[in-house]
Amino acid sequence: MLKDEDRIFTNLYGLHDWGLEGARKRGAWDGTAAILAKGRDWIIDEMKKSGLRGRGGAGFPTGLKWSFMPKEVGARPHYLVVNADESEPGTCKDRDILRHDPHTLIEGCLIASFAMQAHAAYIYVRGEFYDEAMRLKAAVKQAYDAGLLGDNACGSGWKMDVYVHRGAGAYICGEETALLESLEGKKGMPRLKPPFPAGAGLYGCPSTVNNVESIAVAPTILRRGAAWFAGIGRPNNTGTKVFCISGHVNKPCNVEEEMGIPLRELIEKHAGGVRGGWDNLLAVIPGGASVPLLPKSICDEVLMDFDSLRNVQSGLGTAAVIVMDKSTDVIKAIARLSYFYKHESCGQCTPCREGTGWMWRVMERMVKGEARIEEIDVLHDVTKQVEGHTICALGDAAAWPIQGLIRHFRPLMEQRINERQSRRIAAE
Amino acid sequence: MPKMKIDGIEIEVPAGITVIQACELAGVEIPRFCYHERLSIAGNCRMCLVEQEKAPKPIASCAMPVAEGMVIKTDTPLVKKARNGVMEFLLINHPLDCPICDQGGECDLQDQAMAYGFDRTRYHENKRAVPDKDLGPIVKTSMNRCIQCTRCVRFATEVAGVEELGATGRGEGMEITTYVQKTLTSELSGNIVDLCPVGALTSKPYAFNARSWELRKTESVDVMDALGSNIRVDTRGAEVMRVLPRVNEDVNEEWISDKTRHAIDGLKRQRLDQPYVRRDGKLKPASWGEAFAAIAERMGKIKSAGIAAIAGDQCDAESMVALKDLMAALGAKGVECRQDGTQLQAGPRGGYIFNAGIAGIDKADLILLIGTDPRAEAPVLNARIRRRALNGGLKVGVIGEAPEDLTYPVERLGASAKALDDLGAFGEALKAAKTPMIIVGQGALARPDGAAILAKARALATVRDDWNGFCVLHTAAARVGGLDLGLTLDGGVEGVLKGCEDGSIELVYLLAADEIDTKRLGKAFVVYQGHHGDSGAHRADVILPGAAYTEKPGVYVNTEGRVQLAKRASYPPGEAREDWAILRALSGVLNKPLPYDTLEQVRARLVAVNPVFAAIDLQKPGAWGAFGKDGAASDAPLRSTIANFYMTCPISRSSRVMADCTALRRASLAVAAE
Repeated sequence: MLKDEDRIFTNLYGLHDWGLEGARKRGAWDGTAAILAKGRDWIIDEMKKSGLRGRGGAGFPTGLKWSFMPKEVGARPHYLVVNADESEPGTCKDRDILRHDPHTLIEGCLIASFAMQAHAAYIYVRGEFYDEAMRLKAAVKQAYDAGLLGDNACGSGWKMDVYVHRGAGAYICGEETALLESLEGKKGMPRLKPPFPAGAGLYGCPSTVNNVESIAVAPTILRRGAAWFAGIGRPNNTGTKVFCISGHVNKPCNVEEEMGIPLRELIEKHAGGVRGGWDNLLAVIPGGASVPLLPKSICDEVLMDFDSLRNVQSGLGTAAVIVMDKSTDVIKAIARLSYFYKHESCGQCTPCREGTGWMWRVMERMVKGEARIEEIDVLHDVTKQVEGHTICALGDAAAWPIQGLIRHFRPLMEQRINERQSRRIAAE
Repeated sequence: MPKMKIDGIEIEVPAGITVIQACELAGVEIPRFCYHERLSIAGNCRMCLVEQEKAPKPIASCAMPVAEGMVIKTDTPLVKKARNGVMEFLLINHPLDCPICDQGGECDLQDQAMAYGFDRTRYHENKRAVPDKDLGPIVKTSMNRCIQCTRCVRFATEVAGVEELGATGRGEGMEITTYVQKTLTSELSGNIVDLCPVGALTSKPYAFNARSWELRKTESVDVMDALGSNIRVDTRGAEVMRVLPRVNEDVNEEWISDKTRHAIDGLKRQRLDQPYVRRDGKLKPASWGEAFAAIAERMGKIKSAGIAAIAGDQCDAESMVALKDLMAALGAKGVECRQDGTQLQAGPRGGYIFNAGIAGIDKADLILLIGTDPRAEAPVLNARIRRRALNGGLKVGVIGEAPEDLTYPVERLGASAKALDDLGAFGEALKAAKTPMIIVGQGALARPDGAAILAKARALATVRDDWNGFCVLHTAAARVGGLDLGLTLDGGVEGVLKGCEDGSIELVYLLAADEIDTKRLGKAFVVYQGHHGDSGAHRADVILPGAAYTEKPGVYVNTEGRVQLAKRASYPPGEAREDWAILRALSGVLNKPLPYDTLEQVRARLVAVNPVFAAIDLQKPGAWGAFGKDGAASDAPLRSTIANFYMTCPISRSSRVMADCTALRRASLAVAAE
């Protein structure tokens, strides 16, 4: 269990002052200029050594991502873009950082931008987060007023501007290239890769898109040292992570914990346990709506980090733990997620545009059992036809929950179909 | 040049191309819907997925740039499965109405479904329904069939330069539409029908008229403007059913204008299908013999110097040379081909053609448009200028009253030719430019001070061994051919009309010439040979029915001096005949028989008159020399000679589709003016 002194987000619950003064008391903006003085190579190296993996879901090493930016600034300026379009169902970690600890993010923006030689950072905030965006804007203003941002940020001589932009509430705009399109004022549709943003991103300039949490943890990592961060968790899955626990638990909460904490411990220590006791657990979606669910048998033992969850054919994703007890109609739950993906598909590429609707409609029939047993195989085949064939990962995200359902709950689906069948025969 | 391996074939490909292009070079065909070589890459249909060694997922070959050492496989089970899957997705919401779909038989989806489709459906839900859109008189929509490839959107935005099409909604609800329920305002809109890989956008005038396999396809050349766009004329029996573009990279690439495509219904209206002779003030049907006799009788009564001829804007070179020879044999005044009164002279050739070539636009770094509206006079050429402008590094200046939106940014240098005397900063740029083009339109030349403007434009042009930037943009398909044949008279068409008014000219032979003021023909005896009952025929004393451009084999010379052959696609209606043959027959009646009896002999005569006619399909700058006349230009503004793009000739004036387009354009202009 994570020790209190190892917590990075010490105001996650908003019990203290969110403002600059409060943040400074908690250690933010402490020696920022000194960190910058150590140079960009040192910063990127430390980030690599810390083993920090992107907190937005894909888990790509953050330091490595930063190092992809061109070493020299050419004719085109560099940009940092912070993805605060937190829309993954079950996830609300970035929201708490934005409203309760915004200065960790702003300081992170300065350090990350400096490391990538960007003079401007754009924070793309989910449209629905109105209050959070206002809070963030207020915090940015405080930083400007205190000389922490601006022409001579923190007295380092680095010119730094941070812009807060509100989206309009489309899930797809959380995809990094769709976010860039949206930020440019276009329709939020993912771009083809290559080129990757580090080569041609925002306005065609080298850009890096990072999750809020990835950026917000950077200052503390650099202050306390890569070794400290790497010492928490397990190899290749280091550091702390904000988990969002929701669903059928006694006390749903956000909590910062060590990577690799056992799922059961996480739920029982921080969320007051599963409603009705651990044995009442049916399944858990461990990383936000897009990852396959895990039945209780796996939940008993599994550790909460990237590699462990990948080994059980799921994923850490955003670490949004959605707990379902035995009162849940798990088919209906997944059908609801299918509807979400059908609704949020941008419509650009064929498999996702056509496949999400197809999957949702079949899922709706599965809920009622109005299907044939063979259709489960067809459904599985359709998810396979979507997965990996789309421009962005939304297609995969739509396919995985259904694959997880079929993998672990196929008997339940068959039972539902058979029951319906026998009811109909009885009625006839 | 990266080396790569495609299906085991080792191949070296040019750097910077994409995998789909490399596959084509290797002779491997990749199915596709959204990819089109002349449009930006969308990568959204996912039909072109291929396997790349070491890549975790199949890649979209249309969007992936080639790299050294790439290994691509296109025939693996993974690829087949991916394509089958995409095809199934495309078909689940696509209506199975091929039997009543106009695209049937030439549909990409239909063809590729044969290769990648499954013979039964696994989709048991309801199909999506999408409301149809009104895109005007040219494009018919059936949006249920749309597969959202966005080719039409990209064409409108990128090539046509009208941002009027787009996709609204998202996911399944994504629809291609005009954002504000208005019709397309592009002169190139018909091309989206060709681009549409399915039957969502089909040709409205052609709707439910024919099946592609019933049609005979004839390669021809367009005469609606002076570009000489390469076309394919599809006929069923004697009827021209539709016109489609042919690819010619140097002329029209693969686009044609809406007039080229859709004026053809005018070929069925107002046609002259038998000879007429005016008796007691009224045109009465007559036989060929009677008509020829009437001409011969009249000619017997007048001095041969009182005979003049005017050749029209869409004449083939064969009929023009026959007319020239006939006039010479009669000892007549001669033939004039410059109906609009342009001040161009018949030589040197460099003084009246588009020397740099249409493809030269791609190389230009500066373009000065003088008295021309390329968007109305040659929309396909205008799209080429637009593309050049989009590629960057092009400066465009305009002198004259060009329309507000040429689809690319321009610098306005003045409304009148006075601006030529002082170009200011643009003049500096012109001097510094390496490959500048001076494009002179008929709006600057068909006026009293045209020769002076011509001389000023000549002085501005850069002429070197490897570049001749002096370009005349014609509006008449026959004009360069006419000038090549030397069909000019002192005093021009104005001189002929004045002669008619003062009685010195007693007989005028109009070869499909309708763009003159026929009221000014005075008391002259008018012979009209042509295909439509337009203004020339109304004034005529004898009408000889000729053939329209689709009904005769013909040689046409486009604005850049490229000699092109059009083949006969159908036959003239009724008793109408090919034009050179009519002139040959008349010459026999007049006892001045022309020395040729076959088309080959006429073409040999063409080459004898001017050797340029031997260089079929070639284009090079014309001979350079002195032309134009020194003098002052007036301050009257330069205005394009084309007021209404859709109606410029007897055929398009007879076309109902063009009339609908005209009405729509007027209505939208009226709304815009409010």
